[in-house]
Amino acid sequence: MKHIQKHIILNTVGLSIGYSSKKEKTVIASDININLHQGELIGLIGANGIGKSTLLRTLTNVQKPLLGSIQINGKNMNDYQAIDLAKVLSLVLTETMPSKNLTVYELVALGRQPYTNWVGSLTKEDMKKVNEALGLTNIEKLKNKNCYELSDGQLQKAMIARALAQDTDLIILDEPTTHLDMYHKAYILKLLQKLAQETKKTILFSSHEIDLAIQLCDTIIVMTSDQVISDQPCHLISKGIFNNLFPKDLIGFDEKTGSFRVIK
Amino acid sequence: MISNKTYLRSFIILALVLVLCFILNISLGSVYIPLKDIFNSIIGVATEQESWQYIIQNYRLPKAFTAILVGSGLGISGLLMQTLFRNPLAGPFVLGISSGASLGVALIILGSSLFGGAFALLMISKWSIVIAASLGSFLVLMSVMVVSLKIRDTMAILIIGLMFSSITAAIVSVLSYFGSAQQLQQYIFWGFGSLGNLSWNELGIFFIIYIIGMVLCISSIKSLNSLLLGENYAKSLGLNIKKSRLTIIIATSLLAGTITAFAGPIAFIGLAIPHMTRQIFNTSNHKILLPAVFLFGAMVMLICDSIAQVPNSDYTLPINAITSLIGAPVVIWLLVRKRKMIF
Repeated sequence: MKHIQKHIILNTVGLSIGYSSKKEKTVIASDININLHQGELIGLIGANGIGKSTLLRTLTNVQKPLLGSIQINGKNMNDYQAIDLAKVLSLVLTETMPSKNLTVYELVALGRQPYTNWVGSLTKEDMKKVNEALGLTNIEKLKNKNCYELSDGQLQKAMIARALAQDTDLIILDEPTTHLDMYHKAYILKLLQKLAQETKKTILFSSHEIDLAIQLCDTIIVMTSDQVISDQPCHLISKGIFNNLFPKDLIGFDEKTGSFRVIK
Repeated sequence: MISNKTYLRSFIILALVLVLCFILNISLGSVYIPLKDIFNSIIGVATEQESWQYIIQNYRLPKAFTAILVGSGLGISGLLMQTLFRNPLAGPFVLGISSGASLGVALIILGSSLFGGAFALLMISKWSIVIAASLGSFLVLMSVMVVSLKIRDTMAILIIGLMFSSITAAIVSVLSYFGSAQQLQQYIFWGFGSLGNLSWNELGIFFIIYIIGMVLCISSIKSLNSLLLGENYAKSLGLNIKKSRLTIIIATSLLAGTITAFAGPIAFIGLAIPHMTRQIFNTSNHKILLPAVFLFGAMVMLICDSIAQVPNSDYTLPINAITSLIGAPVVIWLLVRKRKMIF
């Protein structure tokens, strides 16, 4: 198994996620043990409402785990200062920006904030990283355009470039393919695969594009109501995990093609 | 990206226009003074009539400097609030800083008869008004902030700001009911706003607080820019949201509070100038916006003041009326073209 020698970027130990208020704890998933390795593209899939967003929110330190711990590069997430966490973990979220009146270059350059001085001046090193990020995502031509001029697909690429410019070991994307057409869904996920391979970054994304994830990901994390499993797509298929992902009355998983079919 | 050189050129042009506005402002007034004598009195050379030098040095110059501080300070605090609250209609006035200041001043001027004792000890000097206005504005803004921490919806925050304004307005009404005619007049005159009341000493204090506020604003440029992406992104960039939020609020209350304290509640500048600047410069980058808002704010205030003076007449219109007369159409224009407005 080639995975064993690979450096682990993020791992969780006995992680329980959910919401706690004064009155009660709502556990959404428990005993999650996952390892994310360097240079891997990892897809997180599961039905609506199963807790993908909660897991991502917990992994990105937006909400606290109920139990267990998350370690990044062997160090507990809680022990990171905000600024140091920003140097190992960058995000691409589903929320839209309140202001779209920045140029693509300015947007991507915001990714350099954890490294810049108190007024945020860009050094030569920063500019180099920004240009690299623009190059890797193929949006150099757009760099002088304002964000409101971009299509959804272009904006998503710019947001990915911003995360790349942040120069972190781990990039987490929350449903990066929503609102995109079929071509751009494939394009963005293919781009993520290329980035993971070329930059040796670990990229975790949640998605409903299970077919594409099976074809492109090194590892897939499947959330079902009883368990959270992570493995290589081919192993997951042979274990029959995808067969039980959804209620069987409407769609079924075809193991030969690795895709879902509507039951006629 | 428009190159930095292009921005630099626009800034130089704007700065020159600002100097022109400044000269225009001090050369206009109830008394006609020839341009040559205006320059002479600025550089300290004797003028044809001694009174001219006195007018320029002790009246028109401090007034022009006050206009620059007021216009730029209100514009920038409006910009800070709009970015912080992610709402293009936010501003110092909407969120209750001015009404907070009004409440403070009303308590000092009108409340002295009500509460007697403790307040009677405080002379109704300019300083007690300044302190009361600052405290009032800070308290109201903090209240709005505390409530807004629990509510994420930005429109709700605006409504809450309006509610606080209503509460303060109601208290002021009650105080007015018990106030004497003389006190009422004093309060109403404060509400007209005035740029011409400050001596050089007072201007000095004003300037020091203004500089502190400005330094805080400049140190917030980086966090303001990351807030353009939304709070979750800003946090993921390592920004300490609570600390930056507090810095922005303190900067705003120092600037807007002091301005309201020294010059009265000047309307609309804080709302209109940032929008004007965004439309003209077509960017949300605060590194560009901050100096641009400074220049536009100072310029517009100097022009408003020049108009309020009604050149060569003895009338001086309330500055607050002039800023609203110029500001309100801008706000209406913004609402009309809202679909195109990029925030």
